[in-house]
Amino acid sequence: MTAKLRAPGWYRAALWVVIGIAVAYGLTLLIRGLYGWDPILKGDTVLQIALITVPLTFLGGIGCFDYWLYWAAGRATRPEDHSNHGAYSWKDYFKVNTDHKVIGTQYVVTSFFFLFVGGLIAMLMRAELAQPGRQFVDAEAFNGLFSVHASLLIFLFIIPVFAGLANFVLPLMIGAPDMAFPRLNALSYWMLPVAGLMMTASFLAPGGSFASGWTAYAPLSTTQPIGQVFFTLGVQFAGASSIATALNFLVTIITMRAPGMSFFRMPLLVWANFSTSLLVVIATPFIAASQFFVLLDRGLGFNFFDPTQGGDVLMYQHVFWFYSHPAVYIMMLPGFGIISEVLAVKSRKPVFGYRMMAFSLLAIVVLGFTVWAHHMFVSGMQNWIRIPMMVTTAIIAVPTGIKVFSWLATLWRGVLKLDTPMLWALGFITMFVLGGISGVSLAIIPFTIHVSDTYFIVAHIHYVLFGGSLFTIFAGVYYWFPKMTGRMYDETLGKIHFWTTLVFFNITFAPMHVIGIQGMPRRVSDYAEQYADWNLIISIASFGVGLSTLVFLYNIVVSWRGGPRAVANPWRALTLEWQVSSPPPVFNFDAVPTVVGGPYEYGVPGAVHGVFRKGAEVAQPAGASAAPQSDRE
Amino acid sequence: MAEEETTREGARAKTPEEVRPRGQASIAQMLIIGAIASALGIALGLIIDWFPPAASTQANRIDTVYDVLIVVSVPVFVLVTVVVLFSVWKFRQRPGEELADGPPIHGNTRLEVVWTAIPAILLVALCTYAYVVLTDIEEAKAGETRINVIGQQFAWTFEYPQADGKPIRSNQLYLEEGHPVRFFVKSRDVIHDFWVPAFRMKIDAVPGIETSYRVTPNRLGRYPVVCAELCGLGHALMRQTAHVVSSEDYAAWAEKQRQPAEPAAGGGGGGAAPDGKTLFTQGNGQSTACGACHTLADAGTSASTGPDLDQGLKGRDAAFIRQSIVDPDAVITQGYNAGIMPKDFAQQLSPEELDALVSYLEKATGG
Repeated sequence: MTAKLRAPGWYRAALWVVIGIAVAYGLTLLIRGLYGWDPILKGDTVLQIALITVPLTFLGGIGCFDYWLYWAAGRATRPEDHSNHGAYSWKDYFKVNTDHKVIGTQYVVTSFFFLFVGGLIAMLMRAELAQPGRQFVDAEAFNGLFSVHASLLIFLFIIPVFAGLANFVLPLMIGAPDMAFPRLNALSYWMLPVAGLMMTASFLAPGGSFASGWTAYAPLSTTQPIGQVFFTLGVQFAGASSIATALNFLVTIITMRAPGMSFFRMPLLVWANFSTSLLVVIATPFIAASQFFVLLDRGLGFNFFDPTQGGDVLMYQHVFWFYSHPAVYIMMLPGFGIISEVLAVKSRKPVFGYRMMAFSLLAIVVLGFTVWAHHMFVSGMQNWIRIPMMVTTAIIAVPTGIKVFSWLATLWRGVLKLDTPMLWALGFITMFVLGGISGVSLAIIPFTIHVSDTYFIVAHIHYVLFGGSLFTIFAGVYYWFPKMTGRMYDETLGKIHFWTTLVFFNITFAPMHVIGIQGMPRRVSDYAEQYADWNLIISIASFGVGLSTLVFLYNIVVSWRGGPRAVANPWRALTLEWQVSSPPPVFNFDAVPTVVGGPYEYGVPGAVHGVFRKGAEVAQPAGASAAPQSDRE
Repeated sequence: MAEEETTREGARAKTPEEVRPRGQASIAQMLIIGAIASALGIALGLIIDWFPPAASTQANRIDTVYDVLIVVSVPVFVLVTVVVLFSVWKFRQRPGEELADGPPIHGNTRLEVVWTAIPAILLVALCTYAYVVLTDIEEAKAGETRINVIGQQFAWTFEYPQADGKPIRSNQLYLEEGHPVRFFVKSRDVIHDFWVPAFRMKIDAVPGIETSYRVTPNRLGRYPVVCAELCGLGHALMRQTAHVVSSEDYAAWAEKQRQPAEPAAGGGGGGAAPDGKTLFTQGNGQSTACGACHTLADAGTSASTGPDLDQGLKGRDAAFIRQSIVDPDAVITQGYNAGIMPKDFAQQLSPEELDALVSYLEKATGG
């Protein structure tokens, strides 16, 4: 037992969590005692401190910091024997693991768990909104539901699921044995469940969960009960995870490409994650700052946002959106990458205008930082800022348009294989264009003045994030499912999933444009009688969306357990991840690949992307024999 | 390992160029179908009555902007959808083509320049048009009336400054048809957003600063006033009414407001003593008026944010009424939430004002 409590793992994590709680009590007693405050023990204070200490001690207990702590203390670090590479049973997914493929799977599965939590919350909201008046939940609970719904799906689903898919396939795509910083990679993953549980558990907080929206505008957020802190601190962990992963991707892409893999031979998914990572490392610190402001303001009375004490309310929004607009592209660019992969392979044609596809990503990165205040057209900021922000917001549609047109040209005259990943990709293009059109409309200030903060906005973001991001995620999950699991999914169920989602998605979200323009504000648990009919239709269709997702869940679970074995390259793709077995060997490549051409040379006779030269076998890392590959299966 | 095998795979697939559609014929078909679909889509978009009634000159301009957006947007969507559907129809993989590849077209610089330049020009044109409209709808008009709009959880108070320095306060927004007004919007607590959908204009009420916008109402009627920015528990219920009335009706309303409210029957001794009914309908200048959220027949208010007092206070004694004002969460009417009514009325009202209000309410509800 002592050994278990000393070794990294769940037992030690549980012990350390208890220590974390004790520290929270101790600090509270100490500081309140020293100041002579009454009462000396205040539940709110203990909880707030515990929300910082417990996640940290949990991460320590499970083993995220062991190596670094030994090293920092000058103790002998255990030599890296790579024995925790690979996963040999389902239990290995619940351990700190430094294999990018295991981490990728952990990321994707965890994210999808939170997709289902967030989706269930959406179902509850739609149940309440099916009729005007109050039916199932009161205003307090409802405000909590939409806040947690958005926070989970943004910070615990879309952003990390892209990081997870890229974690799995990106090192394979560039011919690398792993990510540049495998231990940092493991830490990045383990911060996610911490953030997700914190946000979900906020419903149990005294005073209810955070209820100021995922935007947490001050001074509403700074005057909320303790539940608010579950968001404020949850975002810190999700954000830290995001930044660490982005750094990892950047260094991996810059330094670990296989011989011959020049930047302009990289698959567009790699380009997309390179661009996304640039956005993440530059922008994410701003949301961290905005939430630290709220934390200090709420917890310690810093008055950042109290105008009677010289605070500035609008500053919160500027700092918040300086992250949260680029975040929109953080949630979209990796999807662009996925679509480029799927379309090229399934159309059997090179991606049209490859270089412009890469440059347009970089253009979006730069322009993405110049448009934030279009979220503030009616916020009361200086009037003149609106004009340049309108122009940049409209212009950012140009690089996005280049991508859409290039995808269309990729389809043209191809040999289109209309299987599940392809259907999702085609569905994405049409739905995303709708979201893009409403986005351009929202740049046009006179129109935005009327529809901002209405259901039109709700419709727009769901066309972009559901019809956009989520469709690309489904495309990616189906596309790489054989590679990640070594099994084939069921094609018929995949198609049923696509068509039901497409239909119900549109019936759910298209009418929201209408009721928004008619004047229904968003974030309301109750609404005027005139919107009742549309809301009932929306609610019914939204349950259809929920049911369609169960088809996906069933397909994935059953196929993973017992689907037919996948061959190495079921799609006849050229990129490197398909040139190794499914699932890939523990160390990815037995021989270092040499890249000799572009990634999408479909239709070019004899073209290859990478070759494996005889005699270029990788010298296995010292100690790798501790994890002999024959252990697999 | 299967490397050798997979590297050869590209070579094995040959494009049967002669049997695949070439695409040129399809482009003509697509153009025709696309043009028809665009025309139908635009017609449909323009026929649908998207907006609530337009009751200001600003609204008319903004509705036109939306029509322009429809005309520009529909062809874009049609273009993309038609190309996708045609590709699926013409170029889908047919039996026997399992190993076929498409032609290795890597790009076309001219085409890429075109689809960069045209959207850019279109978007800059749209922005220019939007700028012109924006300047117009925000232009100052001669003789505009100033109205202060004060947001507080969870009601709006409208304040009409008067020459004598004693502003009219109301929880109903009264506007004169055809007369330009400028709203100066403030907040007493968190951010709200003052929106009248029929006017198409909104602006946040931001603590610490004063924001503003202008409208010229041009259609008689009653229109909802909505809070559009999440402001807490009662946000969904923060709805009031704007009345656009004729000049005569407006003058009559203003005249009536200027009169001190008739002393509530038998209440108070007159003179400087606070009047309960005035407090109820207008507040004391600091506090939100009770009538902004509550219905009370005697005071002529009809709001529904909080419970209907004709029902809720019927036959209740003064102690209960006082408790409901200073500690509103002590007893909660079924169907309403705790925490919505501010808990600081004991601070906002002087003891005399509180007494006057309690005795007025006791009488008005037959206590």
